[in-house]
Parts: sequence; C-alpha cells; structure tokens
Amino acid sequence: MDIHEYQAKEILSNFGVAVPQGALAYSPEQAAYRAREMGGSRWVVKAQVHAGGRGKAGGVKVCDSDAEIQSATEGMFGQKLITHQTGPEGKGIYRVYVEAAVPIEREIYLGFVLDRASQRVMIVASGEGGMEIEDISAERPDSIVRATVEPAVGLQEFQCREIAFALGIASGMVQQMVRTLQGCYRAFRDLDATMVEVNPLVITGDGRILALDAKMTFDDNALFRHPQISELRDKSQEDPRESRAADRGLSYVGLDGNIGCIVNGAGLAMATMDTIKLAGGEPANFLDIGGGATPERVAKAFRLVMSDKNVQAILVNIFAGINRCDWVAEGVVQALRENPVDVPVVVRLAGTNVEEGQKILAQSGLPLIRATTLNEAAERAVAAWRSDMKTNSNLRAVQ
Amino acid sequence: MSIFLDRDTKIIVQGITGKMARFHAREMVEYGSNVVGGVVPGKGGETVEGVPVFNTVKEAVAETGAEATLVFVPPPAAADGIMEAADAGIRYCVCITDGIPAQDMIRVKRYMYRYPKERRMVLTGPNCAGTISPGKALLGIMPGHIYLQGNVGIIGRSGTLGYEAAAQLKERGIGVSTSVGIGGDPINGSSFRDILEQFENDDETDLICMIGEIGGPQEAEAAEYIRDHVSKPVVAYVAGLTAPKGRTMGHAGAIISAFGESASEKVEILSAAGVTVAENPAVIGETIARVMQ
Repeated sequence: MDIHEYQAKEILSNFGVAVPQGALAYSPEQAAYRAREMGGSRWVVKAQVHAGGRGKAGGVKVCDSDAEIQSATEGMFGQKLITHQTGPEGKGIYRVYVEAAVPIEREIYLGFVLDRASQRVMIVASGEGGMEIEDISAERPDSIVRATVEPAVGLQEFQCREIAFALGIASGMVQQMVRTLQGCYRAFRDLDATMVEVNPLVITGDGRILALDAKMTFDDNALFRHPQISELRDKSQEDPRESRAADRGLSYVGLDGNIGCIVNGAGLAMATMDTIKLAGGEPANFLDIGGGATPERVAKAFRLVMSDKNVQAILVNIFAGINRCDWVAEGVVQALRENPVDVPVVVRLAGTNVEEGQKILAQSGLPLIRATTLNEAAERAVAAWRSDMKTNSNLRAVQ
Repeated sequence: MSIFLDRDTKIIVQGITGKMARFHAREMVEYGSNVVGGVVPGKGGETVEGVPVFNTVKEAVAETGAEATLVFVPPPAAADGIMEAADAGIRYCVCITDGIPAQDMIRVKRYMYRYPKERRMVLTGPNCAGTISPGKALLGIMPGHIYLQGNVGIIGRSGTLGYEAAAQLKERGIGVSTSVGIGGDPINGSSFRDILEQFENDDETDLICMIGEIGGPQEAEAAEYIRDHVSKPVVAYVAGLTAPKGRTMGHAGAIISAFGESASEKVEILSAAGVTVAENPAVIGETIARVMQ
C-alpha cells in the first residue's frame, strides 16, 4: 500500500528524520492561508498523488506570494496529474502540500528496500540525488553505496557512518546523517514497510540534513498489525476496479486488452494471459479467484470482469484439483444464469472429473464455448473476440 | 530416493484443528502419507483425523519422532510456527500459509541460520502447494491423483500452474519423482537453486522442470547454478510475459521491479545457461517429452 508524501514525512519525522516545515491544504484558499500561517517568503506547493515524477509533470511549483500559491493550486485541484508512473489516465489531485522552501546545497538519493537476493533490508544511497534510482544505476553506478541490515541486531551506527563518509558528508554533519538513516530504518522495520525512499535528501546552506521528498510503501500482508497505517489508504489514487476487487478478496490487475480472464491461481492466471497473447489477442486483466474457485467467487469474478467496458470476450480457465470440475462447472453455470453476459465466454476446465464438468457445461443450454487444452482455449477466445467485433451490433441487438 | 519424502517420513500438521488443515490432513492420510500427529497450542490431548494433537512441536517430536511438518497456521502466527518447528528439530517444513509479512520471513530465515547445517531445518514455501513424491507421500494440498510416479523433478512457484504441468506429463505417461512448491512470496525458505541441487543429487530424477515467474532474482541465480553444476537436462517455463512492470500479479513476489526480473529477460538468461524453455505453458509436457528422447 502506498501513502502520500506528506504522510510519509509525518511518519519519518516521528522517527527523528528532519523534514522542512509544511502543511496540507484541500483547496487553493487553504493553500494560500497555510503559507501565510507558516510565514517566510518562498514556498513550494506539491500535488499529493501516489506517483513519482511530479516535478516534470507540473505537480510541483515554487511560489513567492500567497496570491501566486492560490493561482498555482487552482490549476491543480481536481485535475489529473499524468507522470511517467501514472499511466495515461493520470491520478487525481485532491490534496496539496505547502512547504517552506529551503536553500539546497547538495542532493542525495536514499532508499531502503527489501532486497530479495540477500533476503534482507538493504540501504541504497547515492550522491546523485534528485535523479531516479534507475537512471543513477544506468548512468552513475559507481556512485551507489549499499549496505544490508543484519535482522537480528538491526542497522548499526558504524554502517551509517560508513555510508555518510562514502557520500562525502562533512564530519560535523555525520551524526545528523546517522540519525536520519536510523530513523528511516526504524520506521521501515517498526511499520512493516517494503520501501522507504527519500529523494532527494538535501543538505541545506545552513548545515541541516532534510528529507525534501519522501515515499513509503507498506506490506499489505502486515497491515493487520498497523491499523493506523491502514487508515492512510487513499482510494482516490487507486484503479477503481482494483479497489473493488480487493474489497471482495479477489486479486485483480486491469490491463489494456479485450479478453477478460478468470483463472484460479496467480501463476496459472499469468500463464493464461501469456497464452492469449501468443494466440494473437490481448488480455484485459489479471484475475486470480483463488485456489478454491467457489461458485460465489466465480460469480463475483464475472461481475468484476464485465465492469471493464473494453472486455469483448471472456476466458475462464480453472484447474480443479481438490474441488472437482463438475462442482466448478455448476458454479460457472449458476453464475452465468444469475448474471448473463453479452460477450462470448470460453470455458476450459482441467483436473479432477473433467468429463462430468464438460457434460454439465454442454447440457446447461448456455451459449458457452468449451475447450480442453490451454492453447485451444486461448485460440477460441481470440477467435470469439474477433468474430464478436464484427457481429457485435447484431448480437447485442438480439439480446 | 526422491527428495525430502518417502513412505515412512513421519509427518505432523501444525494448526490441524482448522477446517482446511483438517481436510488436507485427511487427504494426505488417504494418499498414504505417514501422518503421526498435529500441533495446536492449548488443544493437546485431543484427537483429530485419528492422530493425537500436541501443545508444542517439541512434545510432538518427543512422542512421535516426527521429522516433517506441514504449517497451516494463519499468517500472524505462521512465522512463529515455522521457528518452533526449526527449534524442535524438525528436518523438513512445508509452509502453505499465504499472507505472511515479509519482515517476519526475514526473521525466520535469520533464525534458521542459528542452527548448524547438519541439524538446520529445510523450509519450502510459504505460499506454496507443498511437496509430493508420487506413490510415496504427499506433504501439501495438491490433488495427488494428477501425478504419475516417475523420473521428472518439478520445482515451481505457483500451485495451479504446477498442476497444469503435472497433468500434461501424466497425459503423456510421464511421471514425477518429486514436485516441490517454493511459493510465490518475495522471501521464501528455499530457492530454485536449493532444490536444483537436491534433484541433481537424486538418483531417481533424470530431468528437472522449473516453473518460474516474473519478479525476484531466483531464476537468474538458478541459471548460473545450472550452467556450472547441473548435469541433468532442465526444461523451464516462465509465466508473466504479458505482466506490466511495477504491478503485483497475485503472488506478493510476482512484481517486476529490477533489471532481469521480467519473463522475457528470465527466458533469455535461462536459455543462455543451456535450459530448454517452453515458450507456451500449454507445451510444457510436450517439451519435456521431446527433451527426454
């Protein structure tokens, strides 16, 4: 789960990381008022969306008066910010963070990640702050400093000092850097984060180390023990189909294609999408309804997939192991009787009692297209989608 | 030999009083697995599916001589259950639980390393379907009848995709020595490399089938190991060709976040190491049959 920059800064600040003075606003008037309240003569207003690359996309503006803040944010609120991370649909701006501008002398990149190779928390730092880590790795790999944290004892001070010296931090400021690193690590560990990124971490002209931007991602599997983090979830930043799926306990990722997929198991779901692609189609979604494939879940899945207006055919691929195919087939038939769909549906069942399952599908009287192998299912779904495109208007008129 | 399991391996089920655990314990017994007990704190003394329940894993080991465990404990307590098994001297642990916090798994892995190698427990999973040595024993939740006994070793992240492969093999009359699920989580007990080493040393395994997916470095690490240390033919399939970057595809670990983690990059890395890659999940069985000849 992602949170906003201002929320990440508040959390990090509670763990001893210094951040610039700032305040949140929900309207242009409030943004201007926040600046007056804060005092000073220069501010930065930042659109709060769950995506990086805000600066280049026009989501960050430097202002020298409250009137300027008002007019700058009037162009932000209610708009969609499109960055290289949001996709073409962008993310809505409903909150703006107003921050006192600081005199920047140096920018540093600082990231904490779950490193899957060492299976530990890893710190990644570079003197090339402000750039994205992918670009730093590509252009200045030698500037990257790494350290892994021994989970039994946590991040040690000597490791922090090593990072500080490797980044060329002045001796008088090393303790500040140690405090910053320790604070980020403790926030990461105590709150079950999977990523903490401070980019840039800045050294100011007056000798302070401040987190100028901050991003935190949390482990969805650990939210049960952090209710105060769960409350920070902002549904306005999520794909509505995906949040609806998550609320129903289904794992769904929306894509750009036309063939909707309903599959049990994440690996088989990805494999089904791949087969559709190889057969010349494009999957509309990833959807794992879980190993069980109960009739209720199948019904929910049909409703969810059909809520995507681009879907012109559906491929159901269920490998029934412990749950027999006849039982799954009854679920599919029941789901389609209760929620008829106006696109062709291809069903492929495999596993236990497959013949009985096929018989139930055949005798249902529903216009289902049946398939036995994965390839056949994908080919039939692609063919059905193509012919449906041609006869779409007729079909819909008849129904 | 087959790996990890044989007919006599004494198995316990942690969390056996839960509805799903009880169901799968019965399935394992029916398959012929030697299930000798269960562990549920506070339910010691009860009997479930004909086997005694103990309060602690240590007690279960002392009373039954258990060597292997199936952890069916809910996510908040699963890491604790795995560590309890490691401390009690269990040799092999399969954890089925999906949804364990990643940092709990980091602690579990660190904890297991406190034991010297000769008594260190092997963990596969979490978030996997388990391990089966067809005709011998089942330690997991897979449908046993889709596996034929034979000489192909299967290692996979995904449950149902592994079933798909096993079913394709059975259709061609090809059997499996052992199938091991390593799970879909970012921090897992055993990697492809760990299980490849076991299959390389197993005289009942003549070919190894690896079913990977997007995310993480373990397929690339396996490719390097295969190139340098595996003499047996390896066939692989990597799921997620159409998966977009930066999105989690169901499994917590199925997310492309770095170079080398996409399906096409993994296919390239594995092919370069001499692995035969099935480009389509529907031809895994066919590809294995071809390589076997």
